[in-house]
Amino acid sequence: MGLDTRRCLAQAAAMPHDDHDHPHALLPPDPALRVKALETILTRKGLIDPAALDEIIDTYQNRIGPQNGAKVVAKAWSDPEFKRALLDDATPVLSEMGFYGRQGEHMVVVENTPQTHNMVVCTLCSCYPWPLLGIPPGWYKSDAYRARAVREPRRVLAEFGVELPEGTTVRVWDSTAEVRYLVLPMRPEGTDGLSEEDLAALVTRDSMIGTGLPKVSA
Amino acid sequence: MSICPDHNAPSPVFESPWHAQVFAVTVALNEAGRISWSDWAARFSETLRRHGLNRELDGGDDYFMAWLETLESVLAEQETALPEEIHEMRAAWEEAYLKTPHGMPVRL
Repeated sequence: MGLDTRRCLAQAAAMPHDDHDHPHALLPPDPALRVKALETILTRKGLIDPAALDEIIDTYQNRIGPQNGAKVVAKAWSDPEFKRALLDDATPVLSEMGFYGRQGEHMVVVENTPQTHNMVVCTLCSCYPWPLLGIPPGWYKSDAYRARAVREPRRVLAEFGVELPEGTTVRVWDSTAEVRYLVLPMRPEGTDGLSEEDLAALVTRDSMIGTGLPKVSA
Repeated sequence: MSICPDHNAPSPVFESPWHAQVFAVTVALNEAGRISWSDWAARFSETLRRHGLNRELDGGDDYFMAWLETLESVLAEQETALPEEIHEMRAAWEEAYLKTPHGMPVRL
């Protein structure tokens, strides 16, 4: 039996199974009970409102995601004046589009060129441009990415399938609680005449973190 | 050591419901002015660093375990929610789950 199979079996054994023989409701895992406890305590003290929690979860689960960032990138590809303003001082430009940080952070947009490829990391924790990209993927939060993005960015890029020309410099931007970065990828060749909507469909989440490139136009 | 071979596969925003809940509680406390985000990031990165000393964190469950531990310790320091209180309330929830028939909503 291979390691993966064994691991899968071990997981299956540890997972709560959903049959109907249970006399009582399935007991959630320990951290889930601790979070429930916190919620109850804070709600009873009037410090949080359960409806506000639902609103926050709904926002981050359903309304905020990479589609927001893609809109910004497509607009920058289409409108030189917008792009200039965005690169000059992104925060007010993005706020006007309705994308502002709930934590009051400052946004910086960095442009990829044939000379420079930009890549974003948060070495300390997982600071990320939530309003533009939503909640970061697991790998962005992993120790491996946080440590290696700075130390060996080209190897990390290669693992993501990004091969850059020899002469391109890789620049790594380390996010903080106060400053979050968005990569403005290069507009793919052969996309002249595409609408902003069609362009936005080419912009992937990873291309705005710098660990990917936009899709090639069909 | 590869970071994640299937990084382009669509994945849920939050892997477990409690990840979403602990995230939302923290954001709500920040918006209510009870936790500043720069303080939060500093405390949270300190927890991650400490956890990462013993093993490599994969950015999933272990990430939100570190998140929860940080939130509990911040709230304990503020005396907003003391460890004993959390412990008692957790036990109350556990009992409620064990007493509630399968399929019924669990209430305290």
